[in-house]
Amino acid sequence: MKKAEIQNITKIFVSKDDRKSEVLALDNISFDLAEGDFVSILGPSGCGKTTLLRIIAGLEKQTSGNIIINGKISNEPGPKKGMVFQEYSLFPWKNVIDNVSFGLKMQGMKKEDAYKKASKYIEMVGLGEFKYSYPNELSGGMKQRVAIARALANEPDIILMDEPFGALDAQTRNKLQNELLNIWKNQKLTVVFVTHSVDEAVYLSDKIIVLSARPGKIVKEIPITIPKPRTRTGNEENEIRDEVLRLLNHEKYLADASQLSGE
Amino acid sequence: MDAFCIDMSLNEENKKTIIISAISIATFVILWEFVSVFIVKDSLYLPSFHSVFYAFLERLTSAEIYIDALISFRHFFTGGISAILIGIPIGIIMGWYQNVFRFFNPIIEILRPIPPLAWIPFAIIWLKLTHEAAGMIIFIGMVFPIIVNTYTGFRNIPKIYVEAAKVLGCTKDFDLIRHVAIPAASPMILSGIRVAMGTGWMCLVSAEMFGVSDAGIGYSLWHFYSLHRMELVVLYMFVLGFMGLLIDVLFRFVIEKNLLKWQKGTVI
Repeated sequence: MKKAEIQNITKIFVSKDDRKSEVLALDNISFDLAEGDFVSILGPSGCGKTTLLRIIAGLEKQTSGNIIINGKISNEPGPKKGMVFQEYSLFPWKNVIDNVSFGLKMQGMKKEDAYKKASKYIEMVGLGEFKYSYPNELSGGMKQRVAIARALANEPDIILMDEPFGALDAQTRNKLQNELLNIWKNQKLTVVFVTHSVDEAVYLSDKIIVLSARPGKIVKEIPITIPKPRTRTGNEENEIRDEVLRLLNHEKYLADASQLSGE
Repeated sequence: MDAFCIDMSLNEENKKTIIISAISIATFVILWEFVSVFIVKDSLYLPSFHSVFYAFLERLTSAEIYIDALISFRHFFTGGISAILIGIPIGIIMGWYQNVFRFFNPIIEILRPIPPLAWIPFAIIWLKLTHEAAGMIIFIGMVFPIIVNTYTGFRNIPKIYVEAAKVLGCTKDFDLIRHVAIPAASPMILSGIRVAMGTGWMCLVSAEMFGVSDAGIGYSLWHFYSLHRMELVVLYMFVLGFMGLLIDVLFRFVIEKNLLKWQKGTVI
């Protein structure tokens, strides 16, 4: 069975000051995820990839279309759709274990059980020693690890990641990518991963969805069957990278051209 | 060796601060004594330092000053606690629901600029000459800064915390307010309470002076003035200053040590 279906998502932004000015941000986006799929969404900046992810999460309302998780319409935010944000989103007033167990407690789990489960996921991201630290005592990479643990603790059907490693330095980023792949494999996660890094997308994904510049439309779905872990500079990897870059450059060229001609 | 030098210089700096502060206070006292004894020569205009100091020693052993202080604290806390209990919930719903904000804001903006002391006639008519009447003036002085800081804190909560909570399954308004908005806004709410306590303390003297109450530091200060016991007036002025300082220091100590420890770097 399909784990998640993104069905005909269209998003029109209406300007608050001028109701007549409408911007088509996403144009009829559809794709499916099977259980254990790792799908990346790539596109030129402003193509609406973050908007798409926020719509899947239920944090933004689509103009039309549906999000279907496990066969049920799921347009509201909830614990079955975990999300990791690009910005640091840990609650600064809670320590690591309280952050990670927050979702569990919200669903009525007893504190003891929630702590036990949270601890498991904190260990999983390698931060067992930092359970009682506060977010402002952690480095950027550690904060994102906690954010991943926090999203995982709810054991969601699908994990949405919005450039989670975007703010990290290259070394930390590579390390976290590998850790994410390990967890993905062990936990059989279903992931939608938004990024602007082609390298990252090629390294991690089973499928790359390339979006066009505004309005965001699916230009191409590129399945990647190279077994993981992959090498970052292998021949097959490079071929895919070239193809994606060509598509993105073309999209960027079209976007620039339409801007020059006064839209 | 370096660390040692830094330590030394820190100690030196502290020492300097203490010595210069002591010189500052001594200069102030000597100048005050000199001006009052040799230039003004009239204790009605400027009671000397030594007369105030003797009054202090004398009063220290009488119950009166402690009763006055307790009564003033009572007025202050009657007003302060009701301002917190009423102001924070109003600020919270104003900060969370845009339409509640639109509804309350005009009323608040009309009432807020009225000086609290202008409410004294109504305090007397509504509550008669009671401790609660004095408390009401302090309440008026405190409630507005608390409301404004609470809703400002709420309106400035980073959206990301609310969204993170929603995707973790905390989706009801009540839960979001309780688990996300209140802790996120707490630094702002608490600084509102602190500002309000300053304002409330300012209102205390006048609330007691205008006969809303028949005891308290402010009341007695006014009473001593009518007796022209100016050295006692000065003494009570200092008592008010020290009590205000004490309240502020205690509040900051409790808050920073407990409620806001997550804001500091060293928590473990």
